[in-house]
Amino acid sequence: MNRNTIRWTVILLLGAVLLLANALLRGAGSSYVRSVPMEFVNVGSAEAPHWVDVASDEALDYDLEAVPATDRIGWERLNRVTPGEYFAARAKNPEQTEIRFSWAHTLGTWAAALFTLFIMSFLYRDNPFYKIAEAVVVGVSAAYWMVVGFWDVVVPNLLAKVAPDLVRSWAMPGLSGGPDYAYIIPLILGVMLLMRLSPVGAWISRWPLAFIIGSTAGIRLVGFIHADFLSQIRNSIIPLVVAAPDGGGFLFWDSVKNIVLVIGVLCALVYFFFSIEHTGVVGKTAKVGIWFLMVTFGAAFGYTVMGRIALLAIRLEFLFDNWLWLIDPKGERAVATIHAMVHPLMAWVGLG
Amino acid sequence: MKRTIPLLITGLAGIVLVLSYFFPFSEGWGEEAAIWFDVLASVAFVLGGGNLLKIHLQKVSDRRAGWGYSVITLLAFAITLVVGLSKWGVHPSEQFPAYAWSGSYREIGSPFWWLYEYAFKPLTATMFAMLAFYVASAAFRAFRAKNTEAILLLGTAFIILLGRTAAGPALTSWLPDSLAGLKIENLTVTIMKVANTAGNRAIMIGIALGIASTSLKVLLGVDRSHLGGGEG
Repeated sequence: MNRNTIRWTVILLLGAVLLLANALLRGAGSSYVRSVPMEFVNVGSAEAPHWVDVASDEALDYDLEAVPATDRIGWERLNRVTPGEYFAARAKNPEQTEIRFSWAHTLGTWAAALFTLFIMSFLYRDNPFYKIAEAVVVGVSAAYWMVVGFWDVVVPNLLAKVAPDLVRSWAMPGLSGGPDYAYIIPLILGVMLLMRLSPVGAWISRWPLAFIIGSTAGIRLVGFIHADFLSQIRNSIIPLVVAAPDGGGFLFWDSVKNIVLVIGVLCALVYFFFSIEHTGVVGKTAKVGIWFLMVTFGAAFGYTVMGRIALLAIRLEFLFDNWLWLIDPKGERAVATIHAMVHPLMAWVGLG
Repeated sequence: MKRTIPLLITGLAGIVLVLSYFFPFSEGWGEEAAIWFDVLASVAFVLGGGNLLKIHLQKVSDRRAGWGYSVITLLAFAITLVVGLSKWGVHPSEQFPAYAWSGSYREIGSPFWWLYEYAFKPLTATMFAMLAFYVASAAFRAFRAKNTEAILLLGTAFIILLGRTAAGPALTSWLPDSLAGLKIENLTVTIMKVANTAGNRAIMIGIALGIASTSLKVLLGVDRSHLGGGEG
């Protein structure tokens, strides 16, 4: 083991010990949930069931005590609450179990924090922690988009059209309407697309691919001409002299802005016109066009940097607030701690 | 057969959709085609997942360098897929409590939500956030105010960045009302509304013309690159 490795091992171990101490002594990174019981009873018959939420106003119209256990469905919903709410509830009643510690959310917070640090470790250099995080993100994101595609598109837009009764009895009880057999075509095209994975007959996947390319080209051709080309030209045809709303004279600065805008659009378009050599007047106009484009790129660059810095700030806030409990910008813990301290005192003097 | 039919499908699908804009009875065809497109795109995700499995299983089987990371990828993929597709830990919807599968697969607190909230989101957000360092580093090395164009780009970026922070308005707050237009926050708005809009409009018009011409080339069979190589 060389000196550098020993140094980093010691730093990492020291960091781990500090983190553990912070978690055990201060409860940093802990998450809490409020338990909300959900219960539904069937006040209809077995053939025509009618389920009522016992907590709703409608439930008052029925004698729920008479409903047998087989006609009852219930589960526990766990809503996340701030540590402050937990402290306050515990200060009020140490025996309460409505708001309690959550292993799932606490482990989640720790996992998210470690993943964040693993990715950030790339700033030092490529390392096994970064590679682990990279491997996880590849696997999770590939499966995530498959799941989203299945439940958001395939089930409601394909299966629900081809076999509505099956989907109605399974995942979408509120689904209305009958079958639409035209959707057998995308079903067949979808199966053909999967042939791409097959060692033989991969050429079959060209057919659905051809449909995707053709329909995209058709939709985009008209869409872009309509929404971008024409609308941008229409929006650029603006008065060069802006009249004052009261009818007296004109607005100088608004007129200047409009003139600059129109000149900018025309000059930048001249720059994009490559059929004429950019010399003489055309060259000078194109040069002005480049200036406008440079301002646009500068603005885009500024916004991109701002966006990334904002994301970084959110990640750092997560680490220092939610995970380490070193800052408390929303006052979620400080207020609660004060409440937790003050409330028993007020109760003792008879004010609580 | 292998190239002619796909060419016909491409042309037919596209031309029918273009023509559908011009006839009242076919107005909804574009929307319908968009749904079909979404379905095929979702199937394409399966294709992507299958490909991922193929590549990483091959890597693990060959014990190639870094195969351990492939195992992690495969595990993450399999766990996310199983808990997502099976709606594991998802309760029924409150409207249909008797239907076990009626709940949302994104239900807060479910394992799939957990994977999104505590793995997918922090990992991707941090990856994007890291670009702040690399953009700044690249900008420091590449940007030099050596000509008018570079000065304009740098100056605009500087004003925009300054204008969106608390420091920007504070720096120019001393300017009198007669020069209010030069205050950083107002200058930012003017740049965005005038010069930036002009440049963006020209770019958007260019993009629209480019897409229209490329689409026409594809529909008329002039551009056949999407069919790839191989025998015809």
